[in-house]
Amino acid sequence: MKYIGKKLITMLITVLIVTMLVFLAFRVIPGDPVSNMLGTSYTAEKAARLRTQLGLDRPLPVRYAEWMKDFFFGDMGKSYTYGIPVRPMLAGKVPITVTLTLISFLLVVAISIPLGIYTAKHEDKWYSKAIDVLNQITMAVPPFFAGMIFTYLFGLILKWFRPGGFVNYSIDPVGFVLYLICPSICIALPKAAMTVRLLKSSVLGESRLDYVRTAYSRGNSTNEVLYKHVFRNALIPVITFLGVTLADIVAGSIIVEQVFSIPGLGRLLITSISTRDYPVAQAIIAIIACIVIIINFAVDILYKVIDPRIR
Amino acid sequence: MKKRLLTILSVLLTLTIALGGCSGRKAGDSSRITVGIPQDLEDSLDPHKAAAAGTREVLFNVFEGLLKPDVNGDLIPAVAKEYTVSEDGLTYSFILREGVKFHDGSPVTAEDVKYSIEKSAGMTGEESLIAAFSNISRVDKVSDTQVDIVLKENDVDFPAYLASVNAAVIPAANAAPDVTPIGTGPYKYVSRSPQENIIMQRFDDYWGEKAYIKDVEFKVEAGDAMIMDLKGGSIDMCARVSVTQVKQLGDEFDMYEGSMNLVQALYLNNAVKPFDDLKVRQAMCYATDTQEILDLAFDGYGAPIGSSVFPAFGKYFIPELADKYPRDIAKAKELLKEAGYPNGFDMTITVPSNYIPHVDTAQVLVQQLKEVGINATIDQVEWNTWLSDVYAGRKYESTVIGVDASSMTAEALLGRFYSKADNNFTNYSNPEYDKLYEESKVTLDDSKRTELFKAMETLLAEDAANVYIQDMAEFVPMNKKYEGYVFYPLYVQDIARIKLK
Amino acid sequence: MNIKSFILKNKRLAIGGSITAIMVILAVTGLFFTPYDPNAMDISAKLSGISPRHIMGCDNFGRDIFSRVLAGLSTTMVVAVGTVFIGIVFGTLIGAFTGYYGGYLDEIMMRFNDAVLAFPSLLLALVFISVMGSGKLNVTIALGILFIPSYARIMRGEFLKCRNLDYVMSARLMGASDMRIMFVHILPNTVRVMLSTIAIGFNNAVLAEAGMSYLGIGVQPPDASLGRMLSEAQSYLFVRPGYAVCTGMAIVLLILGFSMLSEGLEKNA
Repeated sequence: MKYIGKKLITMLITVLIVTMLVFLAFRVIPGDPVSNMLGTSYTAEKAARLRTQLGLDRPLPVRYAEWMKDFFFGDMGKSYTYGIPVRPMLAGKVPITVTLTLISFLLVVAISIPLGIYTAKHEDKWYSKAIDVLNQITMAVPPFFAGMIFTYLFGLILKWFRPGGFVNYSIDPVGFVLYLICPSICIALPKAAMTVRLLKSSVLGESRLDYVRTAYSRGNSTNEVLYKHVFRNALIPVITFLGVTLADIVAGSIIVEQVFSIPGLGRLLITSISTRDYPVAQAIIAIIACIVIIINFAVDILYKVIDPRIR
Repeated sequence: MKKRLLTILSVLLTLTIALGGCSGRKAGDSSRITVGIPQDLEDSLDPHKAAAAGTREVLFNVFEGLLKPDVNGDLIPAVAKEYTVSEDGLTYSFILREGVKFHDGSPVTAEDVKYSIEKSAGMTGEESLIAAFSNISRVDKVSDTQVDIVLKENDVDFPAYLASVNAAVIPAANAAPDVTPIGTGPYKYVSRSPQENIIMQRFDDYWGEKAYIKDVEFKVEAGDAMIMDLKGGSIDMCARVSVTQVKQLGDEFDMYEGSMNLVQALYLNNAVKPFDDLKVRQAMCYATDTQEILDLAFDGYGAPIGSSVFPAFGKYFIPELADKYPRDIAKAKELLKEAGYPNGFDMTITVPSNYIPHVDTAQVLVQQLKEVGINATIDQVEWNTWLSDVYAGRKYESTVIGVDASSMTAEALLGRFYSKADNNFTNYSNPEYDKLYEESKVTLDDSKRTELFKAMETLLAEDAANVYIQDMAEFVPMNKKYEGYVFYPLYVQDIARIKLK
Repeated sequence: MNIKSFILKNKRLAIGGSITAIMVILAVTGLFFTPYDPNAMDISAKLSGISPRHIMGCDNFGRDIFSRVLAGLSTTMVVAVGTVFIGIVFGTLIGAFTGYYGGYLDEIMMRFNDAVLAFPSLLLALVFISVMGSGKLNVTIALGILFIPSYARIMRGEFLKCRNLDYVMSARLMGASDMRIMFVHILPNTVRVMLSTIAIGFNNAVLAEAGMSYLGIGVQPPDASLGRMLSEAQSYLFVRPGYAVCTGMAIVLLILGFSMLSEGLEKNA
């Protein structure tokens, strides 16, 4: 209980620091939302009036405190550029990015865990070595490059999917998920390769330990030892890694959203930063930070479940 | 452990499939078109707040003013049936067209018109996007079918501003024009999803010639991916694609060729050194080769221009000005020497990074200027920074941009070089020019006005106010299923005229 | 052990080493010499294919792609080295002080670190770049700053571990100053960890630079950058798929070579 309480406080502090950083950053970025709203009819007087209307002339700490208070009660304000409330706007975007992240993550797990154990088990076979080589190469391919190659190969030559044929989940959930598969693979491949590598060495390292030898000498079968003892322990570093990976995937999805033109949080974030749409950008950054922190938290809890030695 | 994991995985998979199975794609749409736009409308959908040209060109399909432009850029009556101007030129009386309905079914009343003009002119507390509307003294509802607009000063160009989307007629009863845009145009707004799309549907009670295609989706698509999407079939047409991109598309598309109707130039801040020196500006004009820019960055397409007017302005346009400064390295170097820069100088070209053609142009310019010893570097900035630093703040040395005309008036292009103009972002200042401009404001005779504008145009070229480049060519690839795309001399996408073959 | 058997035994090191060596040679060459001026435009060669004159063809401005790949490689390399350098120097300093002294300073720094680490680094880079403006130097600084927290955390762990070891205790008893203990006694013992961190960091920096330039917020044109070239190549995938492939492969090989080299070294260390 004390542990969870401490973690919660850490989470809160982290969110506070992240949002404060964002507030400060926007303060020093040149340009403000007003110039976007007025476009080429910008004049100094008009801009000043509009700034007052938006409350941008008030001191920064006041604005921050107010934003924090509203955010806490679920009110994210109104977008400057779009003129519509932020919350319903993001409500439509979060599922897209979360689905993309989840599919990618599931792919990482689904590919890497069986493959990692398999290569560890058949360490000396030629196909295990071939997988190793493949792994090494896959790790070096940046998702956006993979995205381009995939679009060209599978989208335009083989016509397995329609480039840019994104459909919203509210219209066609199947098409939505299907379209996300290719981008997910691009995100997942290098991460899966790294996980396979890690899992393999972790399993191998673990199986050389004394307790495993003892287990074998007692006459246990290979599989039983592997799954009952080795795998469980070998999983710990892998879980840490997967936790970090999930956060990476959230970030990676921003670039991949751009390559595959998926209208998720990433694209909205990039444009809201460039139009200085503070309410939208702040809300998205706070949400992403919360997601990442919650993931880290979940990883910590998982640790305790798997390995009670960790305190 | 493995088993448990597998269970979780399979449950998740079944869940997605089950969820997906609930609803399929609605098939059998009669007519629909997906139009690719390279940037989202990062604007409010309230027409009076639509600051970006990209927003206005899309909203053109939803909103109309009392008047609207036709394909030639001439004004035709829209919500108003006709109008008269009083003797003194100060009172404009508009007779409303009968039977014009808003998209929500309610009829357009004189109150709606009064409300719209007042709101658009900034008389109800919002900021007006049409500077010329500060000239409106009051708006009167004379009868149920007549509205008078009274001006403070004479302005011959006034009706042209009423045709802008920023002066659209909207219902007074709509409390939230930001969220639920309602207009009188051939298409009605259905929904929008930021960074994804805007969906419109044909308005069957439209007063004029009804649109052909029923469902229209404006799909936001990053510039680089646009070609793949066209090729892959998820986009049917897209405006403003580069020639090189167009060439990759092949026979599945019809190619419409027009011009963008803007003045692309290397705009110089005439107030900062060394660009305050006429010789330096002329040297830069001699140093650049427009045709080479067109060949390298635009595959040879585009109309070279030599001043701040583009060809669509028929009677004001002087084509000869484009040849005023042919490429002449020796002369450029000579002029630089006379100006006191025998070894050239360093300069910065600020370019908004979202406009790839301008970035490309700047890259060619850097190479060309290098040959006369001018060492230019490109500074790419975000559009927002460009607006606040370059356009509004005038804190820059030079910039490549295309300036469009918000209305079909020479004023829209030439007014910004008046030394006291709010939007004179190049800080150009010439008393002679100011005199001509002031004279044009009070001249009513059309041929005399035309002469004055031509004189201003020539003066800009003689002063080498900027390094004028071209009116960019515009290519619109459209899937062969459709036909009927038309170009306007203004920044407009008229979807209502597109039909299935 | 003689060199021949050493290399045979450690193929990863051999292959990774050779790829990295080639890439470094190419990048260094790109700094001083390219077959063509990477920015020189030639209309007649616009989007031309592979030919003896242009071994990778030309881009949409008629610029020689091979020359641009060379120049792009050196840009990427310089940014990556600079980034890792900033990250490791400041990361080590912060890690040393917080790890060695502990206490409130440590607590505050680590909470701050947590916050920054909880945040997708690309986004922070985006914010930094909006503040400082884009360009080679600014990208290096922005990425460098972003790398500090993770380096600081790793180095802190090392210093924390060594703080109470016998040899440190005895050095303290002998009257060595804290500075001396930190940087003369403990620092050399962290080299192994530091090296593997640098290896991972280098690859992350290459990826981050390419990603940012791909999004258009990194290195400015006309400076060549692999990420930026890749995004330009995307528009011409149909006519010149080779443009994208050549550029992309340069990134892949750079990362592949370095990661194999570092893993090979680790295995032998």
